[in-house]
Amino acid sequence: MNQLSFRIAWRFLKSSKGQTLLILLGITIGVSVQIFIGSLIDGLQKSLVDNTIGRSSHITVEPLGREADFERNEDLIVKLQDDGRAAKIAESYSNSGFMVHDDDTWPLVMRGFEIEDADMIYRFSESLTEGALPQNQYEVMIGATLADEALLDIGDTFLAINPEGNSQEFKISGIFDLQVASINQTWAIMQIEDAQVLFSAEDRVSAIEIQIEDVFAADTIAAEWKTLIGEELQITNWKDQNASLLSGLSGQSASSYMIQVFVLLAVLLGISSVLAISVVQKSRQLGILKAMGIKDRAASWIFLAQGLILGIIGSILGTGLGLLLNWSFSIFVKNPDGTPLVPFYFDPVFVVLSMVIAIIAATLAAFIPARKSSKLNPIEVIKNG
Amino acid sequence: MADLLKLNKINKIYGEKIKTQVLFDIDLSFEAQSFNAIIGESGSGKSTLMNIIGTLDKPTSGEVLIDGISTSSMKKEQLAELRNQTIGFIFQFHYLLPEFTVLENVLMPALIKNGRVGEAERKRALELIDLVGLTRVKNNLATDLSGGQQQRTAIARSLINEPKIILGDEPTGNLDSQTTESIYALLREINHDIKSTFIIITHDQRIAEKADRILEIKDGRINMDVTK
Repeated sequence: MNQLSFRIAWRFLKSSKGQTLLILLGITIGVSVQIFIGSLIDGLQKSLVDNTIGRSSHITVEPLGREADFERNEDLIVKLQDDGRAAKIAESYSNSGFMVHDDDTWPLVMRGFEIEDADMIYRFSESLTEGALPQNQYEVMIGATLADEALLDIGDTFLAINPEGNSQEFKISGIFDLQVASINQTWAIMQIEDAQVLFSAEDRVSAIEIQIEDVFAADTIAAEWKTLIGEELQITNWKDQNASLLSGLSGQSASSYMIQVFVLLAVLLGISSVLAISVVQKSRQLGILKAMGIKDRAASWIFLAQGLILGIIGSILGTGLGLLLNWSFSIFVKNPDGTPLVPFYFDPVFVVLSMVIAIIAATLAAFIPARKSSKLNPIEVIKNG
Repeated sequence: MADLLKLNKINKIYGEKIKTQVLFDIDLSFEAQSFNAIIGESGSGKSTLMNIIGTLDKPTSGEVLIDGISTSSMKKEQLAELRNQTIGFIFQFHYLLPEFTVLENVLMPALIKNGRVGEAERKRALELIDLVGLTRVKNNLATDLSGGQQQRTAIARSLINEPKIILGDEPTGNLDSQTTESIYALLREINHDIKSTFIIITHDQRIAEKADRILEIKDGRINMDVTK
């Protein structure tokens, strides 16, 4: 393409302002709807997935069958770390027992963690309503519901008993609220060593809990790791356990893609038809240019350049408008608690991709008019006056 | 003087089923730097002849030689280049680009030739605009001009690439007689100064008489060929 085609294209666009504005409006609305719908659905899915699995294990290595625990295997941990796809790895020892306080007894799920590792997955420190994470021996963190029912507070102690009758006194260092009623009622979070001692299970663990970067690859990664963990253990992943959520998400994605494709198609047809009309409108000018010796290729480029210019300007305006809509949606459409219904979510890859697709589509839409213009014979125009 | 343009046995037949022959075995040659007028009634085939000379139309048989080179085997792209660099067109209906100013219209063939406009072309365009007396309106859009001014712009445009041949199809066809006079005076002046070859179609006998050579086309044949 040369300066000539671009200059003529630009002047053609400038001289028929009404038509140009109409076509630009079409592209702008199309691109903005695409960006808005795409980002909205993306944001919705991200927050949904984050709410569902953001604070839990994506892939879990557990003992087979009814076994409660298995021999700790340092090699396996190192291998998982070396694999590179695991973002966070935490070993845990969990078992059920009871809490005795003031002559009352409550069922208790005692969950022993390497607190620092587990905090990265469960974000306990963000869920603390009072106190601190357990740091010293025989310190424990309990849920807000349990603390209320048992009238326990920071610094209080209680007796934890295992089913065999072994008991140990624990001191409450913190109270958490993990937003799940059953957890808030039954969990007691402690150092892994304390749990192992209480259940006489030194050097044994009940699960390796793993979060990965690419959450949607959980099933394939889990399948690959199956060979790594050996015959005695089993590996589960969140996708297998949340099939209905996933089918909901993929249904949502599919409908979002459909909307985007049809919006794009409508925009494409709009540009194509307006430019086709403009070839007829400009046939006189094209005839003159051809008589003066413009080559067919350059004549075609006049229309491709118009598509390109319209595509670039329209997609920039459309992206701005689309993001503005998204932002307004996150500001003005809120949950009862004041948090946005769908948080503002900006995916630069999606936005750039949408822009590039719109620009390519606009140029392609100009292809038919461009072909038409290259076929135009100057003699038709000269003869008809 | 050498022949710049030569037509050998040009026939033109329109139509597929019902054939209408418009030109019959036209043999013609034009000398370089000559000023030629073609006259004839409407429908005589003079415009068709002009379009064939200008490579806008192809003869059914026969060949057109420009500067000794046959155009019949040239591809569309080559013809476009030939038109751009060798032939200047002045049409009856001016055919300016309404989206562009006088200066831009005059520069358009140069822009087509080089893909860009240099300082030398710009200077030449301004000189040509001065020559046709449009300096005052050079930045007006082509649509904001009188008929005579538009035709003068078209003349300046036809000269920008210094073509060897200038073809005019009734270049004063829809202008008043006073403007017509001044346009022809201008064309003759340019012919004298720039030494381009002019081939002008006209139905105005008085104008034709000012040419070096008058050709009359009648029913697709040359009826009269007078050189002064």
